[in-house]
Formats: sequence, structure tokens, C-alpha cells
Amino acid sequence: MKPPRFSYHDPRNVADAVGLLTSFDNAKLLAGGQSLMPMLNMRFVLPDHVIDLNRVDGLSYIRERDGALEIGAMTRQRDIEFSAVVARRCPLMHEAIRQVGHRQTRNRGTLGGSLCHLDPSAELVSVAAALDAKIAVAGKNGVRDIDFAAFPVAYMTPAIELDELVTGATFPCWPDGHGYAFVEFARRHGDFAIVSAAALLEEDANRKVTRASLTLGGMGPAPVRAREVERALIGESIEEKRLREICETLRSCEAIDDIHAPASYRQQLATVLSRRALLKAHERVGARA
Amino acid sequence: MSETRTIAVTVNGKRHEATVPVRLTLADFLRHQLGLTGTHLGCEHGVCGACTVLLDSHSARSCLMLAVQADGHDILTVEGIAPDATTLHPLQQAFHDHHGLQCGFCTPGILTTLIELLRDNPDPTEDDIRVGISGNLCRCTGYHNIVVAALEAAKRMKAARGAP
Repeated sequence: MKPPRFSYHDPRNVADAVGLLTSFDNAKLLAGGQSLMPMLNMRFVLPDHVIDLNRVDGLSYIRERDGALEIGAMTRQRDIEFSAVVARRCPLMHEAIRQVGHRQTRNRGTLGGSLCHLDPSAELVSVAAALDAKIAVAGKNGVRDIDFAAFPVAYMTPAIELDELVTGATFPCWPDGHGYAFVEFARRHGDFAIVSAAALLEEDANRKVTRASLTLGGMGPAPVRAREVERALIGESIEEKRLREICETLRSCEAIDDIHAPASYRQQLATVLSRRALLKAHERVGARA
Repeated sequence: MSETRTIAVTVNGKRHEATVPVRLTLADFLRHQLGLTGTHLGCEHGVCGACTVLLDSHSARSCLMLAVQADGHDILTVEGIAPDATTLHPLQQAFHDHHGLQCGFCTPGILTTLIELLRDNPDPTEDDIRVGISGNLCRCTGYHNIVVAALEAAKRMKAARGAP
């Protein structure tokens, strides 16, 4: 058997899951299993207890409320992919989710799993950054919300305590007719991106940018918002030459060096993919999803 | 001793009750305990797609699930695709006719993946097929004849249903 020995628990509600988390040292939560299971099979993790969330009630939902989408932690990536309300209200997420792994992994993979695994180039994590999502976390003292900006504390480390679990996330929607684009570069379709860019734009009647969001994935320990570019875009009319100048500033972004690509290559991708994402988003402003 | 649990799963229409170590993967359960060795294991970390089965009609990597998680669920493996012992499924027949396999190692995962794809999208384009099998690695065919076979299977299945 490839996975190491562990005790297995499959609680039926969040309170029981939190109770188990609180009572054990060295426990791991199992959501969709598309990252934890490989790590167990390769014995990269050696938990004494695995707490399976797949039989917990009430963590799988997609709801529209007060101009935001609320999505449960155990909502499968597949359900997000085929959700009409996600496509209509959050087209960035709809475009991003199709680049998450493959059909077979999206059928099992979950929103909460992606957010907590917090891979630096995970598409759903970038979407959470782009939309300033709030992450709902349950612990023994009840539920609290974490702003996405404060969610990653280090490489693949979310700001949740050992006895807490993510129950869902709220994604504020942008108004109908906003521009959006999620573009990434990966060696093969379905791989984690080397670099990704997520863009959101609102423009006024003269097609000048009034609001912009640009998120880069794969550059550092977690997806980052390119705040300087966002500020520089306000009041601009999007056209390729000016965009090229603005996005060129991203070449000085910090970037990691690893076996997939040197930092300079990631910086090059950041400038190119940001330009492409912003252009595409601009072309989509005003169009109904 | 590893912790164990008793589970009940339906595999290819047949109900099985079994006691399994909780750390046993679904793939190893199918192969070692049920003897259904048609489900192949390539990488055992969710990359190659050879172990793909249908769980409640949706494709999933059986190396990335524990057998205990399948308790109460319905599983289809490559052994359950053909309508009977002497007739191939139209998809299998098309793979045979168009040389959609060579060594056959990846074939079970590709067939199960395509069963779901053709069910959800009976009229796929070549691009749909290529994206659909992008999570399945094949070292022999270069994918070309797999795509040809899948398109042909879609055509035959449509004709068999009497569609225009």
C-alpha cells in the first residue's frame, strides 16, 4: 500500500469535523484528494489522522447573495465549471476553472481544497485574489472571515489555525458588462501554470478605465496583485502600445527560480500575459456573458 | 495492523461487501481485492490517467481515492463497458478498427474517460476529444488514432441511436 498508516474519520457535520481537528495532533483534512492523495501515495505527508470531509453535510453550494457568489468549500470544481450563475456573474472564474487540471480531476477537486493547498499558480487561488474574496473559516470558537489578501502567510501556507477548517468563500461580483480574462502559460494543457494573469476591467462611456484588477500567479509564494499596474491603468484608454509600456514595469517583479523556469523567464511571461489578459478583458467590456 | 473498515460498493452493476484497510486506494481495491486488473496503475499520483474509472457516472482517478470513500457509491471500470462477454462497446470496436492502441496500458483510462465525454457530448469536435483526453498519457500512439477512433465511435453511436 502506498499511503502511510493513519486513522480515518468521516464526520457528517462541520462541528464534528472541528471537534476531531481539535482533539488530534497531526491530522490532515481530505477534501477532493487531488493534491493530498498524491502526497500520501508518495509519503510526502505522514498524518496520524485523516479527516475526510466528503460526507460532511452542507459544504457544497453555489449561491448568489448581495452581489456576491458564495461557494461552499466542498463544491466540486466540476460544479463551478458547469454553473450558469458562475458563468453569468463571475465569468473570470468560469474561464479560469477550465484551465484547472483535467475533467477527471475537476470531478473530484474542490474549491476549499484548492484554496487551502494554496499552490502559487493555482487558478482558483488567483481568482480569489483578483476578486478580493473572503474565506470563511470554522473553528471551536465559531466562524470567522479572512480577507484573501491576508490568507496566504507563506508558500502553500494559509492563515488558518491547525484546529480550523475552511467552509466556503465569498467572491464579490463585478457589475454586468465588466471585462475579464484569465490567461496562463503551462507546458501542457492542465498542468499548473508557470505564470498566469487574471484581469478585470471596468470602463466609462469614453472607454477609459475606471477600475482594474490584475493578478499574477506563479511568480512568488502566492498569487499577487499587481497594484502599481492597476493604479497606472486608471483613466487610461486601453491600446496595445500604452499597455506594453505599463506592463513592462512587471519585468522588475520578484519571481522565483525553479526547475520549470528561471526568474527572468517568469518576468517575461508576466509582462506578456498581463498585456494579453488586459487586452482581452478590454475587448470584452460591455459584452454580455 | 492497519485500521480497517467494511464497505459496500457496486462495481459494474455487481454489489460487493469487503473489509479494507482504510489507507487502501480505490485502484488497489479494484485490482487486488476484486481482481479487476483492467484498471491500470501508471504513476499513482494522478498524472497519467490510466486508473480512471467512473464514480457515480463521473470520471475520477482511482489512485487518488481511498476505497473507504467509495462506500455506498457506484463504480464502472473498463470491465463493465462492453454490453456482454462477446460484444465490444462501439467505442472499443472503433479503437480496434482504427488501431487506437498499441500496448494497451493507457487504454482502460482513455476508454472510461471517453465514455463520459461521449455521453455528455455526443457530437464532439476533434478539439473536444483532444482536450477530453488531455489527462491521459499514451506513450505508443501519438494520440492520433485514439482521436480518430473516438470520432468514429461518436459517429457510430449517433447512427445507432437513429440520429440525423
